[in-house]
Amino acid sequence: MKERNFRGGVHPVGGKGLAADKPIQKHVVPETVVIPLQQNQCALAEPLVAKGDQVLLGQLIGKTVQAKSAAVHASVSGEVVAVEQRPNTNGHSVLSVVIKNDGQDKAVEVSGHPDPIQLSGAEILERIAAAGIVGLGGAGFPTAVKLDIPENAKIDYLLINGSECEPYLTADQRIMEECTDDVILGAKLMAKVCGAKKIVIAVEDNKPESIRRLTKQAGSNAIEVVTLATKYPAGGERQLIKSVLNREVPYDARPYQIGVLVQNVGTAWAVARTCLTGMPLIERVVTVSGPGIKEPANFMVRLGTQFKDLVAAAGGYVDEPGKVLAGGPMTGLAQFNLDVPVVKCTAGITVLPEDLVTYQEPLACIKCARCVDVCPAYLLPLRLEAYAMKDMWETADKYGAMDCIECGSCRYICPSKRDLLAWIRLAKHEITDAKQRQTS
Amino acid sequence: MDEKRLFISQSPHVRDNDRTQKMMFSVVLGLIPVWAAATYFFGFDSIRLVVLGAVAAMATEAVMQKIRRRPITISDGSALITGMLLGLSVPPTLPSWMIILGSVIAIIVGKQIFGGLGHNPFNPALVGRAFLVASFSSQMTMWTMPFDGITAATPLVNSGAYSLSQLFFGTAPGSLGETSIFAILLGGIFLFYRAVIDYRIPVGFLGTVAIFTALLGQDPVFHLLSGSLLFGAIYMATDPVSTPVTPRGRWIFGIGAGIILVVIRVWGALSGGLTYSLLLMNALTPLINRLTRPRIYGHGVKKNA
Repeated sequence: MKERNFRGGVHPVGGKGLAADKPIQKHVVPETVVIPLQQNQCALAEPLVAKGDQVLLGQLIGKTVQAKSAAVHASVSGEVVAVEQRPNTNGHSVLSVVIKNDGQDKAVEVSGHPDPIQLSGAEILERIAAAGIVGLGGAGFPTAVKLDIPENAKIDYLLINGSECEPYLTADQRIMEECTDDVILGAKLMAKVCGAKKIVIAVEDNKPESIRRLTKQAGSNAIEVVTLATKYPAGGERQLIKSVLNREVPYDARPYQIGVLVQNVGTAWAVARTCLTGMPLIERVVTVSGPGIKEPANFMVRLGTQFKDLVAAAGGYVDEPGKVLAGGPMTGLAQFNLDVPVVKCTAGITVLPEDLVTYQEPLACIKCARCVDVCPAYLLPLRLEAYAMKDMWETADKYGAMDCIECGSCRYICPSKRDLLAWIRLAKHEITDAKQRQTS
Repeated sequence: MDEKRLFISQSPHVRDNDRTQKMMFSVVLGLIPVWAAATYFFGFDSIRLVVLGAVAAMATEAVMQKIRRRPITISDGSALITGMLLGLSVPPTLPSWMIILGSVIAIIVGKQIFGGLGHNPFNPALVGRAFLVASFSSQMTMWTMPFDGITAATPLVNSGAYSLSQLFFGTAPGSLGETSIFAILLGGIFLFYRAVIDYRIPVGFLGTVAIFTALLGQDPVFHLLSGSLLFGAIYMATDPVSTPVTPRGRWIFGIGAGIILVVIRVWGALSGGLTYSLLLMNALTPLINRLTRPRIYGHGVKKNA
C-alpha cells in the first residue's frame, strides 16, 4: 500500500520497543487525586464542590463557564480535602480539587446506551460535552467544541490520528490494538456528529499490528485505514491532513474550513466508552517509558493520579533521572515537581537519564540549512532565530514566525546545537503581544 | 519518593547526534583522498603546501580571535578546512611564503573581519585564492607534469594534449587537488553519504557546464574533467556559510556558477573561471535567499467557506 508522507520532519530514536508490547494494566487507584479545573487549552472550569464535601466517582466537580472549556469530574469517590492552587504539568499553579479516595468507587448513576450508533448526532454531542472529553492526543481541546462545526460547513473527511509520532509513547498503539472496536465505534459516532462522509484512520508504519487489527475491523464498516511513513511530526494536525489528503489548511483557517476534522484515536476510544457506559472521562491510558525508567509500562490511570505514583509503579528510575517529561521527548513539558497530576491530555511520562540531557554549548550557525529541510511548515528557522535574537519582531512575523507549529524539528536537527525553537517561541510571543497592544 | 534534582528546558528534549565539528572533520576526511592523490603525483610539495596553508590558517584564526577578544574556536575545524582547500588549489611549485600569505589573507579578509565562522559572505579559501591569482599570476599558473615536475600547460590552455583517462586519474598538470577526478569523486561520495554536502549545487553547477558547453559545440566531458571545476563543485561550491539556504536558491546558485564559469572559460582571458564564478555567486547569495523564500505551509491555499 502507498505510504503517505509530508515534506520535512525528522527521525528521532523511536524507543517504542520499550513499552509497545506491554498490555494496558489497570494502575491501582491512588489514595489521593489532584484534579485541575483547567486541562490545558480549556478555560478554567468553575468548582462545584468545597472542602469537606463527599463526592462520587464520575460526579461533576467543575462546570464549564465558557465555550472553550470542558466539564471536570471526580475520578474517585471520597472526600474533598482541598480546593486550592496546585502545581500542574504546564509549569503553573492551577486551581485544583484534591480528593481523598475512600476506596469504594461509589459511582454516580449513569445511563449508557447499548448501541450508541442509534443515538442522534445531537445526543452524541451532548454526551461528549457532558463527559468532559478533550483531545487526548496532547492539545487537550474540548472535543465537543471541535465537533460542533458551523451549520454551513461540510465535512468530507474525519481523520482519526493514530500516528503517535512522539518517541517512546505507546498509549495510542495499545488502544488501537486492545480496544480496536471502541476506536472504530468512537470514530463512527464522531462522524455522525460532524456529518463526515468518510472516515480515514492514519497509522505510522512502525505499528503494523495496529494497522492489521484496524483494517480487519474497518473492512466491514467502510472505514479506510492508511499507512503513514514513520516520521516526526506525522501526527501534527496540518501535516496529517497534508499526508493523507494532500490538502493544506490555510494559515488563517481551521481544518473544518477545508472539510476535514482530525481526532485522536484515544479520543475516539473515550467517546465510545462514554456513549456505551454513560461514565464521563475519569481515566486514560498513560505510557510511562523512556531509557530512564526501570519497567516501562502502559497504565489505565485515573485522572489526577500524581506522577510520583506512576513512576513508582513503573519500577522507578534507572540511575539518576535527568528529565521527567509530561509527554514525549519532542514536545513534552519538563517537570520539576512530581506531585503534578495526570491530566486529560497526558499521553505519557518520559524519563530521560542524565547523560541524555547534557547541555551542549551552541556554536555559530553555519547555514547548513538542515533546519530548512526539516521544517514541516516550510519556514526558514535559521532566519527566524536570527531576527528574534536582534529583536526584529516585525521581520520575524513577515518570515512566518506565527506559522511555526513548534514541533522542534529545527532544534532537534541543528548540528550547531542552537536553540532555534526557543527563539522562535519568543518571537511568536512578542508578535502576539504587539498585535494585542495595537488593537487595545 | 526522595527528591531528585531534575533538569528543566524547553522542548524538544532530544537532539540529533551530528554536530558541526563532526561535519567539519568529515570535510577534512573527504579531502584526504584528494590530498593523497596530490602527494602521489606531486610528492613533497603537496605536503608542504597543504600543511603550511592549514597551519597558517589556524594560527591566523587564533590570533584574530585573540585580538577580537573572542573565544578561540580553531578546534571547530573550519580554519583547517580553509587552509587545506587553499593549499590544494594552488600549483605545486608555489613558494612557501605565498601560500602562508594566501592563508592569512583568506582568514582575515575572507572570514574574521566579517565576524568569523558563519558570518563570511565569501568562501574564505576562494578569497585567498583570488588574492593569490591577482597578486602572483605567473606563480599561480606555473603548471608542472605529475611525477617529473617538468613545466607544462594546463589542459584548459592546451586542450588536445591530454587524454580523458589522464584527466580522470590525475596524470595531467594542474593545481594540487584538482587533477585527480577519481580522488575527488571518492571524497565527494563520502561527503554526500555523510549528508555534509547538498546535491543541488554540485548537480546544478556541473549540469549547467555540461549543457552550456555542449550547446556551444565544445566537448562537455572534457570541460567537466579539466581544470578545478569538479574540485570546486564538490568542496568549494558546497560551503554552507556562503551559499543559499533555500532549496531553490541552491539550484540557482549552481546554475549561475555554471553559466559564469563557461563564459569565463570560453570567452574570458582567465583559464580557470572557477574562483570568480563562485565568488560572484557568493555575492549574490543574500539576494537569492531573499528571492527564493519557500512558500509557507497554508499560504496561497483557499478555504471552502
